[in-house]
Amino acid sequence: MKENIKSRHQKHGLETSAVNTWCKGCGNFGILTALKSVLAKREDTLGSLVLVSGIGCHAKIVDYVAVNSFYSIHGRVLPVACGIKTANPRLTIIGHAGDGDAYGEGISHLVFAAKRNNDLVFIVHNNRVYGLTTGQFTPTSPKGFKGRSTPKGSIEEPFNPLRLMLASGATFVARGYAGKHAHLASLIEQAMVHPGFAFIDVLQPCFTFYNTYKFYNEKVVEIRDEHPVDDFDAAWKLAGKWDYGLEADQIPIGIFYRIRKDTYEEELLPKETPSLDVALHLKRHHF
Amino acid sequence: MGKRIGVEVSIAIADAVKLARAEVIPAYPITPQTHIVEHLAEIVANGELDAEYIPVESEHAAMSACCGAVAAGARVFTSSSSQGLSLMSEILYIPSTMRLPMVMVVANRAMSAPISIWNDHQDIMVQRDIGWIQTFAENGQEAVDLVLHAFRVAEDRRVSLPMIVNIDGFTLSHVIEPIELPTQEEVDAYIPPFKPKRKLDPRKPVTMGPVGIPEVYTEAKVAHDHAIKNSRKVILKAWKEFADHFGREYHPVESYKAEGADTILVTMGSISETAMTAIDKMRDEGRNVGLVRIRLWRPFPAQEFRAATKHAKVLAVVDRCLPPGAVCGPVGAELRSIFYKIPGAPKIFSFVAGLGGRDVTVERFEEIIDKAEQYSKRRPKELYEVIGVREK
Ligand SMILES: Cc1ncc(C[n+]2csc(CCOP(=O)(O)OP(=O)(O)O)c2C)c(N)n1
Ligand code: SF4
Ligand SMILES: [Mg+2]
Repeated sequence: MKENIKSRHQKHGLETSAVNTWCKGCGNFGILTALKSVLAKREDTLGSLVLVSGIGCHAKIVDYVAVNSFYSIHGRVLPVACGIKTANPRLTIIGHAGDGDAYGEGISHLVFAAKRNNDLVFIVHNNRVYGLTTGQFTPTSPKGFKGRSTPKGSIEEPFNPLRLMLASGATFVARGYAGKHAHLASLIEQAMVHPGFAFIDVLQPCFTFYNTYKFYNEKVVEIRDEHPVDDFDAAWKLAGKWDYGLEADQIPIGIFYRIRKDTYEEELLPKETPSLDVALHLKRHHF
Repeated sequence: MGKRIGVEVSIAIADAVKLARAEVIPAYPITPQTHIVEHLAEIVANGELDAEYIPVESEHAAMSACCGAVAAGARVFTSSSSQGLSLMSEILYIPSTMRLPMVMVVANRAMSAPISIWNDHQDIMVQRDIGWIQTFAENGQEAVDLVLHAFRVAEDRRVSLPMIVNIDGFTLSHVIEPIELPTQEEVDAYIPPFKPKRKLDPRKPVTMGPVGIPEVYTEAKVAHDHAIKNSRKVILKAWKEFADHFGREYHPVESYKAEGADTILVTMGSISETAMTAIDKMRDEGRNVGLVRIRLWRPFPAQEFRAATKHAKVLAVVDRCLPPGAVCGPVGAELRSIFYKIPGAPKIFSFVAGLGGRDVTVERFEEIIDKAEQYSKRRPKELYEVIGVREK
């Protein structure tokens, strides 16, 4: 398997034959570029990489990268990813979800993945709209957002996914911007080497239904090196700088929080013998 | 009587829900149902309909909110499709046995995997036994009419059950058809205000949804079964009155050139219109064939169906749902059961067609009828047959 993928990559790189159907100007292109640039550097690991997606415009990303992938259903990226990882902890898993997927339909899974510290990378393509179903509000749309399900403007405050993740016990909490590929690529790279649940909320303009490029271009600032990434209070404070509303002084991007805790897989599987045979392991422990 | 205008069927359905004066609409978008609830969001927002629209976070939440809103005494509508309908599944059994009336339009769509947004009936067949009254529309006008009928029947105190109106995704939901929408006065005269038998009322406290210990669970379920069986009378009467009010007649099953036909094709939903064309063509060629379409799926109109196919020798039943490992499609199974041990019963052959948006053409219907007639002389190898499978 690994060999096949390797030779395939030598020939075609990460390209697939799928026709890209994202709208012109879609922020997903930025995420794809960042992801590919990271993967191109880590060719040796491509055979053990699995991308898992939800349902939505974001999900098509798995069609556009020539690695193993599992297209799951709307909202269920994380439990599928968790199943793959538990059965074969040697695999590296990157989950791609939409904000509808991650913060609406599948929000319970997000809280639990953070709580358990599952060893996964989770990238939320946060366009703050349901893109594929053509422009309804989501949990991170700003109050007053006029979408197809909220023609008079949403009456709900959005929630702040970074604070949600901090409160849920996530060990790696970051925010990127699809308009800054190199910065985003560095976040993905660091998330991939982080042991435990690595969460990246990516601000992804939806060119068609919620074009936020101008706003983000003006407001986004990279978090400075002095920020103490292991300080929960500092992370909490920084995450509160912008509440996903219509106004912002600055929108910090970068790593807000990173600590090392035992991962779910480390707790579940005996440390000395990383075993592929979970069934045997479970039997031994009379679960 | 309102004017006949060309309008997208989803929009017309939303307008019918407005005319029915729905009060609470919890909804979550999913193709191909989305236009219905989006249009409702719009008409609630611009004040045309005095209702609350809740853009919930999932279908599970939508159906739960529907139950709560009916319990509090509101007239409730929602809509879903496919995986969304399945996500409601945990709750769907609850309003029916709890006798909480509401109306849902299901824009029928295939189930994943593989992912498909296109039409068939697999989503609703998963929910066959939820105990809701269920009808299937053939065209846009019928979709609108069945929605009005559904509010009238569901909320009738003798019924007090939730109702699903099935419309084929895309082939109905997304097409523009000439549709006549009645006036508000006409609808008000047909659908009386909702007066629930029981509701959460601080002046008269009740407990809704308690545990059914083994001593009462069976009785609760049997009471539900009686209610849906007895709803038949109300369903028929509401259709009769619909004809009096609006001039369009509906019956649980409809026949098309079926009288005296040796072979009868059986369909449900929008493919029936193509099936009629196929029957016309075969009749022109001198074949003694006809069509019976099922409009009322639950409670199943056994009596009417038997009457409509009384002299037939062969039934060719088309299911839009593949039941892997079963002995035939769900509609086919129903029909085989109602004719079991009935003297002179027709031979029944089960076909599956039109999965995941595959067109069922006139030629396919001809093939189905031809095959059913052949099989009546020489037993087929399989208990059901999938039509139109590509060999490569
Ligand atoms: C259970 C279920 N409900 C609804 C849908 C319809 N649906 C498909 S994608 C989507 C929302 C997509 O929004 P998001 O997750 O933000 O992804 P985006 O398209 O914006 O990338 C919805 C509601 C579905 N596929 N499954
Ligand atoms: S609808 Fe929005 S998110 Fe979807 S492809 Fe188009 S621009 Fe991108
Ligand atoms: Mg989105």
